[in-house]
Amino acid sequence: MPKKTFSYAIYEALKQEMVRDPTVIIMGEDVGRFGGCFGVTRDLWKIFGEERVRDTPISESAFIGGGAGAAASGLRPVVELMFVDFFGVAMDQIYNQAAKLRYMSGGQCKFPMVLRTTIGGGFRAAAQHSQVLYALFAHVPGIKVVVPSTPYDAKGLLITAIRDDDFVMYFEHKKLYPIEGEVPDEPYTIPFGVADVKREGDDVTVVAMAYMVHEAMKAADELAKEGISVEIVDPRTLAPLDTDTIVKSVEKTGRLVVVDEDYIYFGATGEIITRVVERGVALKAPPKRVATPRVPIPFSPTLEDEILPNKDKIKKAIKETMK
Amino acid sequence: MTEVVVKEKKITPEEIPKEKLLWMYKTMLRIRRYEEKTAELFAAGELPGFIHLYIGEEAIAAGIMAALRPEDKITSTHRGHGHMIAKGGSMAKMMAENMGKVTGICKGKGGSMHIADFSIGELGANGIIGAGWPLGTGAALASKLLGLGYVVVCIAGDGAAEQGTFHEAVNLASIWKLPVVYFIEDNEYGMGMPSWPKPGDPRKSKNIKNLGDRGIAYGIPGVTIDGNDPIAVYEAVKAAVERARIEGIPSIIHALTCRQRGHFEGDPQLYRPKEDVEACKKRDPIPRFRKLLIEKGIATEEELKKIEEEVEKEVAEAIEFGRKSPFPDPKEAYTDIYASEPFPEV
Ligand SMILES: Cc1ncc(C[n+]2csc(CCOP(=O)(O)OP(=O)(O)O)c2C)c(N)n1
Ligand SMILES: [Mg+2]
Repeated sequence: MPKKTFSYAIYEALKQEMVRDPTVIIMGEDVGRFGGCFGVTRDLWKIFGEERVRDTPISESAFIGGGAGAAASGLRPVVELMFVDFFGVAMDQIYNQAAKLRYMSGGQCKFPMVLRTTIGGGFRAAAQHSQVLYALFAHVPGIKVVVPSTPYDAKGLLITAIRDDDFVMYFEHKKLYPIEGEVPDEPYTIPFGVADVKREGDDVTVVAMAYMVHEAMKAADELAKEGISVEIVDPRTLAPLDTDTIVKSVEKTGRLVVVDEDYIYFGATGEIITRVVERGVALKAPPKRVATPRVPIPFSPTLEDEILPNKDKIKKAIKETMK
Repeated sequence: MTEVVVKEKKITPEEIPKEKLLWMYKTMLRIRRYEEKTAELFAAGELPGFIHLYIGEEAIAAGIMAALRPEDKITSTHRGHGHMIAKGGSMAKMMAENMGKVTGICKGKGGSMHIADFSIGELGANGIIGAGWPLGTGAALASKLLGLGYVVVCIAGDGAAEQGTFHEAVNLASIWKLPVVYFIEDNEYGMGMPSWPKPGDPRKSKNIKNLGDRGIAYGIPGVTIDGNDPIAVYEAVKAAVERARIEGIPSIIHALTCRQRGHFEGDPQLYRPKEDVEACKKRDPIPRFRKLLIEKGIATEEELKKIEEEVEKEVAEAIEFGRKSPFPDPKEAYTDIYASEPFPEV
């Protein structure tokens, strides 16, 4: 199978879906001639023209809400929000409009829109360009939340997202863009709500998302040398969340560590642990979570490194469950 | 599209005190040299994160601050080094901040996109485009209700004027009669998106060129001026600030300038015609103002050279200060989150 970067896998999914379906359009800041702030949309504007790949003014409320209105009226927009941190400018259009209008109208309309956005710290980009925040959106009824961690998943999940008749938010961790992996040339889909066991193991279940899957993999590699066998479950979508796969894994290992780059409180870590506890799974040790503390992401390298989850923090948490 | 109509300045250099003119020159130069060094340091890997340079736009910061009193306040942007320097902020503390050092003006927590110095009325750069318009409007409300007498100048880009926050803030200030000035720095680009069409690029982010005309929509004064002429900026801001301070009438000032460098350092500007960058460099405000000072006999070569030497020294010292300063202790990450610290859980 050909190797492609995470970034290229997303580009390929966009291109193939635009060829397949003329109602798919792209809108966002600098998605056209600039090629996307992170170079994901590349030359799509040349291939499909500036009618279908639309550079917008810096008006997120207008083009995200506009995407929703267009989606309800026959288009299939893929809208780009440059950094998730900017969502606030358009929050009403996201969570009161795109997410709820179908329900409030008694199912009269649908919102086949994808809102792609970027997440993640480690770039010394400080408190307004480093957050993860997907849990905020998974919290609200009416939004599907997709969090890919590999190039293969990125392509398949994005194609599913574009073909899906609902409003999907699709989160791309900036550290994943250069990562390579095997990606088929032809279009394929990956269903929502199906977790992927990224590594099999017997002693501890680690649930991790996005870039944290890779940090967890490194931790698992190192711990394997110390005789600790780690299973890594990547939910791939948070809404819907594949509780069954997570529970099955924890039933096998009896130990659970949830790793998340998002803020620790009231987020995915708490939710995932609750799902397991609700199923009455017998645990050999209290569950642990590794996540970003309740601290705005600081600029200085020494401060940012202090708060972000990483391989070493994951290893420590895993070892604590093994005591 | 409408053609752009620039309001010609009425004031002549002779009507402005010499020391103010020299201050403007020095301020522009301080910004320029600071930023040239910043570009070098960034390329050498000494500055983490994102850096957006103000090179070519210095006449705006110098002209605005020349018209303000020390107690007046500004809001700034991601392209804010120039605003900070002109407002009277410490170059050394800003350099240390941008290096992520504990001696930085924000203790290393903010970095270039978030430099702020409330002690001098610099209410913060911002990573969110258009966030400063409402924040500055609120600062103006405080001035009015507490009787503090200061005026706020909200400075942000042409791109920021596309956000809903601009329209909401200006409308609010116009009905509440707040002492505020909305200053749009139009450098012809919002990242890779041109304000209006360029050779070979039909895109535009606004349907009118004269953003000063937006004043009509809110029933307040608005002008479009030459932002590469510090005297034109000074004149427009002086008039707007007086109206704001005395009568509580807000204004819009739209200043035309251009961005000599990429949107951020490292931006190859593939979306931008080469000749556009060249044309912009020709509009450089610093040699133009220097020439004026000499030709009008306002300053001698020797005087300007002395200023230039002082500036070199100050920038070198700022870098030295930043380099010598330590990084913050990692535990500092958990402070400054809440005013009522310590918060029971982080
Ligand atoms: C709400 C929001 N949207 C988008 C961005 C990304 N972004 C950062 S700077 C910029 C361009 C801003 O243009 P302008 O206001 O004209 O300022 P300039 O950079 O030209 O000085 C964009 C789109 C952002 N930081 N915040
Ligand atoms: Mg601009």
